[in-house]
Amino acid sequence: MLTAMAAGHRRFETPNGVALDVRDLVKDYGKYHALKGVSFDVKEKEVFGLIGPNGAGKTTALRIISTILRITSGSVSMFGIDIAKEPHEARRILSYLPEDAGAYKNLSGNEYLQFIANFFSDDPKGVRDITSKGVAIANLADRMDDKVDTYSKGMARRLLVARALMIQPRVAILDELTSGLDVLNAQEIRRIVKKTSEAGTTVLLSSHNMLEVELMCDRIALINDGLIVELGTPKELKDRHDADNIEEVFTRVIT
Amino acid sequence: MNSTMNILRKELREMLTKSTILPVIFLAILFGAMGGMIGGVEEQAAQPPTVGLINDDGGDMSLLAVETVSKYAEVVYNGSDVEDALAAVDDDGGVAVLQIPANFTESIYADEPGTIRVYWIMKGTGLLDSISSTAVENVLWYVNRDISMTLIEMNSTTNASFALTPTARDETTILGDREMDGVSPGEIGSLLSTQSLMMPIVIMMLIMAAGGTVISSMGMEKENKTLETLLTLPVKRGSIVTGKLAASAVVGLVMAAIYMVGMSYYMGSLGASSNLDLAEFGLTLSALDYAIVGASLFITLLAALALCMVLGTFAKNYKSAQTLTMPIVIMAMIPMFLLMFKDFHTLPAAAQILVFAIPFSHPMMAMRGLMFDDYALVGGGLIYVTTFAVAMMAITVWIFKTDRLLTGRIGKGPMNGTLARIGGMGLFGKR
Repeated sequence: MLTAMAAGHRRFETPNGVALDVRDLVKDYGKYHALKGVSFDVKEKEVFGLIGPNGAGKTTALRIISTILRITSGSVSMFGIDIAKEPHEARRILSYLPEDAGAYKNLSGNEYLQFIANFFSDDPKGVRDITSKGVAIANLADRMDDKVDTYSKGMARRLLVARALMIQPRVAILDELTSGLDVLNAQEIRRIVKKTSEAGTTVLLSSHNMLEVELMCDRIALINDGLIVELGTPKELKDRHDADNIEEVFTRVIT
Repeated sequence: MNSTMNILRKELREMLTKSTILPVIFLAILFGAMGGMIGGVEEQAAQPPTVGLINDDGGDMSLLAVETVSKYAEVVYNGSDVEDALAAVDDDGGVAVLQIPANFTESIYADEPGTIRVYWIMKGTGLLDSISSTAVENVLWYVNRDISMTLIEMNSTTNASFALTPTARDETTILGDREMDGVSPGEIGSLLSTQSLMMPIVIMMLIMAAGGTVISSMGMEKENKTLETLLTLPVKRGSIVTGKLAASAVVGLVMAAIYMVGMSYYMGSLGASSNLDLAEFGLTLSALDYAIVGASLFITLLAALALCMVLGTFAKNYKSAQTLTMPIVIMAMIPMFLLMFKDFHTLPAAAQILVFAIPFSHPMMAMRGLMFDDYALVGGGLIYVTTFAVAMMAITVWIFKTDRLLTGRIGKGPMNGTLARIGGMGLFGKR
C-alpha cells in the first residue's frame, strides 16, 4: 500500500525485470574523472552491492542515481524513468541513505519521521501509517519523543534507516547501511532490509563491510578508479578468483 | 616547542583567515571613506556661505547689515527680485536668500526688532545636509552683533534686552517644490531624524537578522548532513527555496517588529521636546504611501533573503555561515551610514550609484522620498529591487538544481588544491 503511495498513479516499467539500468555513466568534476563509463543493472527486488576502495567512485555513483548530482554523460533508468529528464518522478520512488546522513537536531524522532512522511502522503492517515512503520523500524521506544540532538550515533543511524525504509520505496540506495551500529543492531537492520526487499523494494547497497555485502547481496559489482572491474553473484566472484570470501576477492582484484 | 605556543600558533592560524580579516579591512576602508566625506562637509561649513541679498530698505542699519553679510558671506546676487535671487543662489550651490525689508532701519530705531526675511534653499534632509545653513545662521548672528554694538555705541536705546537682540528672523524653507514657512532647515532635519536614523537602523537590523537566519539554515543543513536527504525527497527545488525564504522572512519580521517597538520608544523620548509637527508642513504619508513603504520593505527583505540563500550555498558549516553574513552586513551598513548623514540627492554621483545598486537602500529612502513626493526615486527603486529579488530567487533555484550545493567550488582553480579543499569540507564523502 505504501509503495503504491510513494509511486503515485504512474505505471512503472521493468524491461526484462530490470529496475535500475545504469549505462556508460560518466561524471567529471572539471578535469577530474570520477566515473569513466560505469554500466550495470539491478533487477527488481534484488539486493545489489557496489563495493570498491576509497575514492573509487561509489558515493558519486550513488549520488547520481539518487538524483542529487548531475550526469556528465551516460544514462540511468529507474523503473523506466530517465532520472536526468524526470528527477522529480524518480524521487517519488527512491530513498537514499547517505553514509554520514544526519537528522534535524531540534526535532524529536517522531517529529522527524512525520516531517519526512508528509512528503509522501497528502492525507493524515497515510502520514500516520508511514510514521508508525518508521517507529517500528527505528525501535527506539520512549526515546522517539526525545530530540535527535540527544541520540547516540547508533540511535541516530537507526532513525535514519527507518526514515529511508518506512516509505517502502521502489528503490532504496543505502550507503554504509550499518555505519555506527553495534553487531546486534546491525544484524537487526540487515534483517529489516532483507524483509523490505522481499516485500518489493530493490536495494542498491554500498559498504566497506565485506561480510555484510556477502550476507546481503544477490549480486555484487566491484568498482575501481571509476570503472566496474568485476560483477557477479558472491559465489561466482569467489569461484572466479578462487577465494574463500568477498574480502579476498576484493583484495585480489584491487591489488 | 612550548605547548602554549603550539596551541597559540594553531589558534591564530584558525582565527586569522582571509574570511575574518578581509571584512575588517573593508570596514576600515568604508569608515575612512565616510570620514573623508564628513570631513569635506566640515570644510564646506568653514567656508563663507553663498547667499543672495535683497535690500529693500536703504537705511543705515540695513547698510550695516549688508556690509556684515558681505564680509562673512559670498554674495552672488544683489538685487531686488526674490525669484531671481533664489535662482542665482541655487545655481551657485548657495543656501539662502536674505531679504531686508523696507522698514528695517525704522523698526530698529523704534526699539522694534528689524526682521530679516530668510529664504532657505534646503538640498536634502540628511543630518549633514543642514550644515551649510549653520554657516548662514552664523552670518545672521554677526549682523545682530554688529547692529547691537552700533546701537550701544550710539546710546540710541535704553532697552538692554532689545539692544542685545535688535534683529529677528522670518524664515521660509524651500525643499524641492515645497515651501515651509516659519521653519529652518535645521528644524526640518531634526523633525525628520526618525526617518534619517530609525529607518536605516531598523532595516539594517532586519536584513542582518533575517539574512543571518537563512545563511545559517544552509550552513546547518550541511553541518548536520541533512541536505543530501532533503535533496532526494520528492519536493520541488522551488518549494525548498520558497519555504526557507518564507520562514526566514517571518523570523526577520518578528525580530524587526520587536526592535522597532524598542526603537520607537527610544526615538519618541528624544523627540518629545519638539513643539513642531511634520503634518504642519505637509510632511505626512498617505495610506497609499505607507503601503508603498511596506511593499518596498517586503520586496527588499525577499531580495536580501534570496541573496543570502545564494551566499548560504557557499557555507560549509555553521561557523562559515556566520562569516558569510559579513558581506550582507557591509552592504546594509553602506546605505545606512550614507543615508543617515546625507540625502540621496546630495550624495556624490558615485555614491548615488552605489546606494541605488544596493537593494537595501530603497526602503531606507522610501519614507523620505514619499514625504517629498519623490515618486521617481521610490518607484525606480521598487522596480529595481523587484528585478533583483526575482533574479536572486532564480539563481538560488538554479543552484539547487546543480551540483554546486554538494560539490562546492570544484572545477575552478588547480584541481589538486580544489579537491583537497572539498575533501576537507567532507562534501565528497568517501567517493
